Amino acid sequence: MGKTLAEKVWQAHVVREAAGEPDLLYIDLHLVHEVTSPQAFDGLRVANRPVRRPDLTLATEDHNVPTERIDLPIADPISRLQVETLRKNCAEFGVPLYPMGDVEQGIVHVVGPQLGLTQPGMTVVCGDSHTSTHGAFGALAFGIGTSEVEHVLATQTLPLHRPRTMAVTVEGELPAGVTAKDLILAIIARIGTGGGQGYVIEYRGSAIRALSMEARMTICNMSIEAGARAGMIAPDDTTLGYLAGRPHAPTGAEWDAAVAYWRTLRTDDDATFDVDVELPAATLTPFVTWGTNPGQGAPLGGAVPDPTSLGTPGEQVAAEQALAYMDLTPGTPLRDVRVDTVFLGSCTNGRIEDLRAAADVLRGRRVAGSVRMLVVPGSMRVKEQAEQEGLDRVFVAAGAEWRSAGCSMCLGMNPDQLAPGERSASTSNRNFEGRQGAGGRTHLVSPLVAAATAVAGRLASPADLTAPVTVGPTEQES
Amino acid sequence: MEKFTTHTGRVLPLCRSNVDTDQIIPAAYLKRISRTGFGDGLFAAWRAADPDFVLNRPAHSGATILVAGTDFGTGSSREHAVWALQDYGFRVVISPRFADIFRGNSLKSGLLTVIASQRVVDDLWARVEADPTVPVTVDLERRQLRYADVAVAFELDDYTHWRLMEGLDDVDLTLRHSASIADFETARPTWLPTTA
Ligand code: SF4
Repeated sequence: MGKTLAEKVWQAHVVREAAGEPDLLYIDLHLVHEVTSPQAFDGLRVANRPVRRPDLTLATEDHNVPTERIDLPIADPISRLQVETLRKNCAEFGVPLYPMGDVEQGIVHVVGPQLGLTQPGMTVVCGDSHTSTHGAFGALAFGIGTSEVEHVLATQTLPLHRPRTMAVTVEGELPAGVTAKDLILAIIARIGTGGGQGYVIEYRGSAIRALSMEARMTICNMSIEAGARAGMIAPDDTTLGYLAGRPHAPTGAEWDAAVAYWRTLRTDDDATFDVDVELPAATLTPFVTWGTNPGQGAPLGGAVPDPTSLGTPGEQVAAEQALAYMDLTPGTPLRDVRVDTVFLGSCTNGRIEDLRAAADVLRGRRVAGSVRMLVVPGSMRVKEQAEQEGLDRVFVAAGAEWRSAGCSMCLGMNPDQLAPGERSASTSNRNFEGRQGAGGRTHLVSPLVAAATAVAGRLASPADLTAPVTVGPTEQES
Repeated sequence: MEKFTTHTGRVLPLCRSNVDTDQIIPAAYLKRISRTGFGDGLFAAWRAADPDFVLNRPAHSGATILVAGTDFGTGSSREHAVWALQDYGFRVVISPRFADIFRGNSLKSGLLTVIASQRVVDDLWARVEADPTVPVTVDLERRQLRYADVAVAFELDDYTHWRLMEGLDDVDLTLRHSASIADFETARPTWLPTTA
């Protein structure tokens, strides 16, 4: 019988298998950031162990970094200590690091792909659940905890039980204005936040094949929000086109050899998945969340649901608790929900394509007076490119704040946070209670909906807006 | 890692599903660089917001077994969530379903996560509500949960069972296979990238 993509990549990395034991899997790339690594490096020091393969390890600073005045030392002493600890550890153990101020610094899941370090068929891990992002290249990529970070640093391997496989097939064409973010939010609402638990999801079908690499990363990024540890998309010409010429991509004969192998990385026609889920693309519309987990979402054209209309008693209680926290009343049209803050950024939607999409909406328009909008590029390279394209001027002219790269308001470990009771439309991936600041309320949205919401002051899609002021002197003014 | 064999203790009923790691330990507490002292951050937002939150109720103080609704530990990979539970005094968490990474983290750190049916969880919640002192035994050796006149088996793969019972360190176990790892490395394709 044939093999799935996930099974092929798994099999190619088994160092050792033995009955009754987990497989020992080799790790091709280990990404590190300041939050989940200090205790792992401590563990190495206590046991007097080196990092086995610093040359397969890369660190960047992202979670704590302030996105303003990055030329100054971090004001918060605890954040500063954590970042300085990473620098010390990387120097001591020989791990390459892109610190604040470096042109390659940024969110770990934006940096790996843009450097060409994430390639098809690789195993990629990081002490961060959104490592699933890298699966967009046909890599097997998943988040790990700090004990596992230490394990990979020491051995470049991980003992793991073989996951089951799930196919999510999306056929057809996404309607205009419907993005990868809407698609993945709809998928999560469909299978639930625990639906992917124990599975690697492979996204398939014509709608997936039509997506850019950025959009594929958005999809795979949020696999963890459906409970799946990893999401994968088979590499194709789009993948090769993205990789070619990147700093760490192979060249010449090595490129040819790599491509020949990458072409084999697809699920065989006679392979079977443990679970199959199908979603037609054509019926999808912009999707937003109303609750406090990413599965609590609905089409933007819908209303806040009545908890009693939901499936199980457990879901009903969860929805009641969520609506109380979100201060929402059942039956309220989602388009009537006013927001205070719009956050455009994160490893889900902080890439150049996301910024372009939002800028297209904001060009010739103004962010509503009652709204603050933060635009935080996923990496300094994204920032650089956006500035070359003049996107920063569009954002600033519209009244948004243009920042430096980092996780920022995705989780508020830096000063970018919601105040208690404040409501945001956010392109990030988690709407958990307090995620963006204690007491803050989060609606997850696409970059298009984020930009339109900023203009309207309430949840909206670009189609809801009146025509922009023709691009002219007004935009040049600021 | 400390060995785990059998534990008997009192239950804290956390009657919620989808308890994510941002609730277990909010991000503000993740800035520390130690492995200890995270207990004060455990469910910090819920403890602060609601005087009647279950962790604030004196009747349950000293509980060592957390019994929660389904999909416990979803979200972030922060192992700090496990450390916070342990630091606060929990030895076991019981739920119908755990998020993968949380469960992996817990079993690496010696916090036993036990998968029990919603029926068992409901039953435990009801009994603790009637009597907060009802003792529950988690017998890892026999992979069995016991309370009052009830005994239910739970599943745990043999390898993890052995590792927990013996208190073995995963890195030590893997380093026994260093030769296999070195062999594997010599056969890796040359086009694969390095970060250097
Ligand atoms: S942007 Fe958000 S989700 Fe992504 S790595 Fe940073 S904190 Fe995690």
